[in-house]
Amino acid sequence: MLRRNVLLGAALGAMLAGLAGPALAQAEIKIGEINSYSALPSFTIPYRNGWQLALEEINAAGGVNGKKLVVISKDDSGKPAEAVTAANELVSSEKVVMLTGTFFSHIGLAVSDFAKQKKIFFLAAEPLSDAVTLEKGNRYTFRLRPSNYMQASMLAEEAAKLPAKRWATVAPNYEYGQSAVAVFKKVLSAKRPDIEWVGEQWPPQGKIDAGPVVQALAATNPEAILNVTFGPDLVKFVREGNTRGLFKNRAVVSFLTGEPEYLDPLKDETPEGWIVTGYPWYDIKTPEHDKFLKAYQAKFNDYPRLGSIVGYGTMKAAAAILAKANATDTEKLIEAAKGLKMPSPLGEIYFRASDQQSTLGAYVGKTAVKDGKGVMVDSVYRDGKDFLPSEEDVAKLRPKD
Amino acid sequence: MSFYVVQFLSGLASAASLFLVASGLSIIFGVTRIVNFAHGAFYMVGAYLAYTLTEQLAGTFGFWAGIVLAALAVAAIGVVVEMVLLRRIYRSPELFQLLATFGLTLMVEDLVVLIWGPDDLLGRRAPGMRGAIDIFGQNLPTYDVFLIVLGPLVLGLLWLLFRRTRWGILVRAATQDRDTVAALGVNQKWLFTSVFALGVFLAALGGALQIPRDAVNHTMDLRIIVDVFVVVVIGGLGSITGAFVAAVLVSELNAFGILVFPKISIVLIFLVMAVVLVVRPWGLFGKPEAPARQMPGLTVRPWRPLSVNERLAFLVLLIAAAALPLFAGNYVLTIGAEIAIFAIFAASLHFMMAVGGLASFGHAAYFGLGSYGVAMLAKFAGLPMVACLLLGPLMGLIGAVVFGWFCVRLSGVYFAMLTLAFAQIVWSIAFQWVEVTGGDNGMLGIWPDAWVATPATFYWLSLTVAALAVGGLRWLTFSPFGYALRAMRDSPLRSESVGIDGKRVQWAAFVVAGTVAALAGAMFVYLKGSVFPDNAGIALSVDALVMVLLGGVETVSGALVGAIVYKALAIWLVSYTELSKLVLGAIIVVMVVAFPKGLVGMWEVLQARYWPGATASGKARRAEVAE
Repeated sequence: MLRRNVLLGAALGAMLAGLAGPALAQAEIKIGEINSYSALPSFTIPYRNGWQLALEEINAAGGVNGKKLVVISKDDSGKPAEAVTAANELVSSEKVVMLTGTFFSHIGLAVSDFAKQKKIFFLAAEPLSDAVTLEKGNRYTFRLRPSNYMQASMLAEEAAKLPAKRWATVAPNYEYGQSAVAVFKKVLSAKRPDIEWVGEQWPPQGKIDAGPVVQALAATNPEAILNVTFGPDLVKFVREGNTRGLFKNRAVVSFLTGEPEYLDPLKDETPEGWIVTGYPWYDIKTPEHDKFLKAYQAKFNDYPRLGSIVGYGTMKAAAAILAKANATDTEKLIEAAKGLKMPSPLGEIYFRASDQQSTLGAYVGKTAVKDGKGVMVDSVYRDGKDFLPSEEDVAKLRPKD
Repeated sequence: MSFYVVQFLSGLASAASLFLVASGLSIIFGVTRIVNFAHGAFYMVGAYLAYTLTEQLAGTFGFWAGIVLAALAVAAIGVVVEMVLLRRIYRSPELFQLLATFGLTLMVEDLVVLIWGPDDLLGRRAPGMRGAIDIFGQNLPTYDVFLIVLGPLVLGLLWLLFRRTRWGILVRAATQDRDTVAALGVNQKWLFTSVFALGVFLAALGGALQIPRDAVNHTMDLRIIVDVFVVVVIGGLGSITGAFVAAVLVSELNAFGILVFPKISIVLIFLVMAVVLVVRPWGLFGKPEAPARQMPGLTVRPWRPLSVNERLAFLVLLIAAAALPLFAGNYVLTIGAEIAIFAIFAASLHFMMAVGGLASFGHAAYFGLGSYGVAMLAKFAGLPMVACLLLGPLMGLIGAVVFGWFCVRLSGVYFAMLTLAFAQIVWSIAFQWVEVTGGDNGMLGIWPDAWVATPATFYWLSLTVAALAVGGLRWLTFSPFGYALRAMRDSPLRSESVGIDGKRVQWAAFVVAGTVAALAGAMFVYLKGSVFPDNAGIALSVDALVMVLLGGVETVSGALVGAIVYKALAIWLVSYTELSKLVLGAIIVVMVVAFPKGLVGMWEVLQARYWPGATASGKARRAEVAE
């Protein structure tokens, strides 16, 4: 049995090697893409639509440096070990010139470490953890989506304007939730030393027991609440909170809740007046976004989610980096990516050289209900470049290569 | 004060949802002995169907009709599953049905996304139950009040059903001793089918009733299945009252626990289970299981060491495997190394399950301990790779010594669930102790030393370790220690009467299996370059079980084949199809039906049937006849 599998594998390997013959290799550039398609389809399917649209546009415009851009996409099943297997397949067998993608922070970190070990360029699309660019950053890894720190700073800026002094927090009990709360607390307390943190709840991700959690939060009698839960947890939290009157006369600041992925499922139960980060695609009136929106709706007959923006931006960034480098070797790509300026549907962005984080921003606004649907109103775009961690912090936190 | 009352009532509402699903599982297990992994899948499908039906049917009547119809429809699906799939495998080795229901679960997870789309769905609120009632100035949702009433109501109805109807009497009799019930001429087929339908109905009802509170999504099944198992075991298998009390206990401890320790929810339920099982080995309301009757499957063909020719054949296979780097690329070699490492892991569980008769649901604990052992030695002590590989697994050994001591006092499913509790405790320590383990962001940058840094050399290393580990475990199986262990497995009473210190032997086997699993974990770190809490997670424990069952639990080394087939399939499918879970699940279901004794088990059956002279088991059978 072992031998048969081995032979099968070998035959397969040989076949793949044959496909990537020299003639083809000249005419195309291969990018390897990994994401949690089966584990988190609500975010990653729109994400895939986004990069597929970008890829189509890039190749319709003649590809990159005259070569066709080819993306080989793999599913990581939401597990870091499988992501490393996929990354290895892409690098060793498919001979891709760079890796892109990932959603979960720990998977982003696993692939980032793989990239460092194999000396391959990695453009992290979505993982939010600050560790990706700071404590565990490395020179092979760049990131597109605004980090945890950036989103926390955007929200803290708004939160500081509120009169509330007694704050409680609720966040999923894992690294993302923990660091979101920590950064938000730090930034807000720095702006407002009079603020008191009166309570915290840490439900396990995906398994919130919402009734008791809402009740426990209410018992600490806060004037404002920071929420970091998302997905099904958010729905349960909002439903219990609405019914039990938790949000009555209280300000709520909430991470990511304005993203259509998480706002749309709430429908007419969307709580009103929450201060959130998100993506109000229906309200963005810039020409670059219009163009993206039209193309997206024409191709998929659906509206874009934030994942679509990230996917689209990732592929465009990959192409821009390859075009600027005019080469495919890792060192040239790194040089090209540092400081690279490029357009995006949300405006021009660049990759800061010191921490290799892009300046893609996010919209900050308030939630409201319109025609039985949750929407963001009074949204303002916050440019990521104004909320990046300071250069001193980067120098202090990022390991020296 | 009023706050505590409302907190208590909120806890009761959570308990009611948990109880509905748990009671179904408990009934199914009590009668059919099926560890129904698909129970969570039925729960999820119940929620999805209820969502669709309540969207279609308007009004108060429409809503409740939708809920009940959804549960009935899922129960009908359950009947089909039982008749088409499970009936074929009741005679398979213990736990083999777990494999079938696991395959089903995989399929359902992909199917619901295909049918209902990837977005989270918000179901309707129950008509007239959108608001809350005021209890001493605190709000309690009306729907919670409904659930609080429903829980005891269902408990009462089930009690009546089991105490006051003929069917209930048969079910209770079958729970106690199904062989005798069969011997008395009761048609077991229909009894099993009806019990399965009732259990599935309760699961689906539990899921359908979640739609006014939850968002319907494709991860609901895994979110509930483990908790429900725990509740059933805390309550005592087959005891409905026990399930109810356990659900209340767990929910209330959580409701009040989070006031003091806001991070407790993640591990609380497993802590409770560990304490309950250590104090009361059969759960709160369970009764000690009668000593198992001998399993005929194992005694018909006694095991024997490999003959000289077979050893040569294996040696040739091993040499062939070692020659892989001559013609395969780096990716195939890395996959080869991964498969070899999983072969070690599966073989260690197989040793415990097949030789020791101790099925573990938490074998990943030792894999995880081994990998964290290595990671800490490499990161904090800066030791070289060889030292880490030798010392790291010691952490798994220590874990196995401690946990094993408690576990071997139990047997059967209780043993399995206690191992699961310990595994979850290990997992949550890895997950929560951020300063040391890095939490879920893991520990990175642990790559092999230069001498095994290439895929080929690492592959050879993995293959060598795997060959030594599997060979060593086989040697142990046929040593006096192995015989003592098998004696304990086949008849605890007889073996204790001839002077075998049974618990001690089992404890030693537990430690051996744990240490070998830790060795696999240690190798895995260097393969992936990083460690995450996943390495001790439930998914990995389930993978190991699947490999062992797929290979055949009645064989000496079936896990080897199970690991190769399952791992290769899983990696290949994830890479080449978008619906890898659907396809993998379907393949597993087909294999379960085609090879009801596992792949190697079936091979041995065929071998014995068609070439009786060629195998020693055939000889053994002839010897028996001669006697």
